[in-house]
Amino acid sequence: MPTTAPPLADATASDSALRRFLHGLPGVDTVGLEARAAALGTRSIKTTAKAYAIDLAISMIDLTTLEGADTPGKVRALAAKAVNPDPLDRTTPRTAAVCVYPDMAATAVAALAGSGVKVASVATAFPAGRAAPAVKLADVRDAVAAGADEIDMVIDRGAFLSGRYLKVYEEIVAVKAECGQARLKVIFETGELSTYDNIRRASWLGMLAGADFIKTSTGKVATNATPANTLLMLEAVRDFREQTGVQVGVKPAGGIRTTKDAIKFLVLVNETAGEDWLDNHWFRFGASSLLNDLLMQRQKLSTGRYSGPDYVTVD
Amino acid sequence: MSDGRLSVFKTYKLYVGGKFPRSESGRVYEVTDPKGKWLANVPQSSRKDARDAVVAARKAFGDWSGATAYNRGQILYRIAEMLEGRREQFVREVADAEGLSKSKAAAVVDAAIDRWVWYAGWTDKIGQVVGGANPVAGPFFNLSTPEPTGVVAVLAPQGSSLLGLVSVLAPVIATGNTAVVVASADAPLPALSLGEVLATSDLPGGVVNILSGRTAELAAPLASHQDVNGIDLTGAAGDAELAKELEAAAAENLKRVLRPSVSRHRPEKEAKDAARPQAVDGSDWSADPGTHRLTAFLETKTVWHPTGALGASGSSY
Repeated sequence: MPTTAPPLADATASDSALRRFLHGLPGVDTVGLEARAAALGTRSIKTTAKAYAIDLAISMIDLTTLEGADTPGKVRALAAKAVNPDPLDRTTPRTAAVCVYPDMAATAVAALAGSGVKVASVATAFPAGRAAPAVKLADVRDAVAAGADEIDMVIDRGAFLSGRYLKVYEEIVAVKAECGQARLKVIFETGELSTYDNIRRASWLGMLAGADFIKTSTGKVATNATPANTLLMLEAVRDFREQTGVQVGVKPAGGIRTTKDAIKFLVLVNETAGEDWLDNHWFRFGASSLLNDLLMQRQKLSTGRYSGPDYVTVD
Repeated sequence: MSDGRLSVFKTYKLYVGGKFPRSESGRVYEVTDPKGKWLANVPQSSRKDARDAVVAARKAFGDWSGATAYNRGQILYRIAEMLEGRREQFVREVADAEGLSKSKAAAVVDAAIDRWVWYAGWTDKIGQVVGGANPVAGPFFNLSTPEPTGVVAVLAPQGSSLLGLVSVLAPVIATGNTAVVVASADAPLPALSLGEVLATSDLPGGVVNILSGRTAELAAPLASHQDVNGIDLTGAAGDAELAKELEAAAAENLKRVLRPSVSRHRPEKEAKDAARPQAVDGSDWSADPGTHRLTAFLETKTVWHPTGALGASGSSY
């Protein structure tokens, strides 16, 4: 290699070393990034390729309900939908996981037992992440104890934006330690990070700290997953694997509502990170209404008729 | 061009969801007058445009069907007002489209404007005509009210580009349905211009969506669409085979179907129409419209309500 890889082992030795490393990452070409994301979004995916993409996308969904008004009944209904998304067509694949608040994790675990659908729980004072470290860790412990297979944590954006990278890093490390067998998804809330450079830095920071997945956003702010910020994170996981041999997953969340959008993201995955990521172990969609649109498109492909909202569930 | 000014040609576009898009397919086709003189290029819509239009119509249905009948009447009257203001333009377009003289075209446009006024008046009266309190043997009020069917696909008549179109469209939206209209394939210009009138008449976007293109190509996906609740087959009047296929496809989700020839059977008039290709839809659009098109896309909801205690006197309510 013409350039030597950054000394990753030393990067996290101290706050200043970490800052040096993160600020030493190449700057993001904003115009180029957005143009590439837009260009990849123009691919025409039809017929059998579309059918494959729809099934793949369904199998990658973290079916999410994160509302103050969540009830055990709603979580159970969502779990039933995750296992059997389209009762009219049993060949429809299951979703990857159901994503709930920690206090609903036990309900979801019970409802999904033996189904193969995983339970993801948000934690660490989601979505703001504004709580004492001890409280955040307790939140994670609760979710893990309830049987969650995956933990979705939020980073401390306040600390990140004020440049205290090591604090963010140590928090992720501590949460990872609490996770045990559960896979850890680290949410950056890209809509609050202001710049693409920050998203690239956050991605590397999360991966260095041991994230199993890096995730764009909570779905609770104005700007959520966009093709451009997801493309940027896909580049980060690709480069990270090249340098360390460790593969990290990516999860765009929020704002992906149509089949067309989902297929655009799958094109990004294939063209950026590669086929290795085209699997629900390495790529997820955080979504709720997306599933209904995918099901309607799936029905269209199998019956030849356009479907309508009367033929999918109201969640 | 004698004054050296460049011609400014109008780009005819679809009217979907309150916007004026081109066809998603990028296709256009040439529209000529009956003598073959080129008039304009118009979008040749695809089934995806039809699907988008249904999505827009479904989205608009809640607010439009929930609006008061009085408010709908005001808006329909407003459409008549706006059309009146563009009278000259429509006279020209109808004359070109149907090969009529200026005076005949003017009569057609006037009739179309009056048709909007007619249906504007009906919005808050149809309920009294087809609904009511039903006598039942029990201590109940039993009330029937008409409710709109939902999203209705309308195949506009092929021969009557404006009056026929208004005659099939206005009754559908007057009762609170939303519509996806497939304009006359050979004479779509007045329909596409009507979109501009609708857009400036306080009519919420998506209540009426107007597509131009080949009727058979657009009608098939609309007839089989699971989120369309009714279909008016008037525009398929000249093609019995097509009408039959569409009706079969529509049966899939139990759509309301309005068959092409619901107007009174009048053999001598039909014989006259047959000699005149303009009127293949078998309807005399200038005739009194009656209420059958209003009631074609209505569902009757009946409510039973206890009358409550009659009191010691045993008197009525």
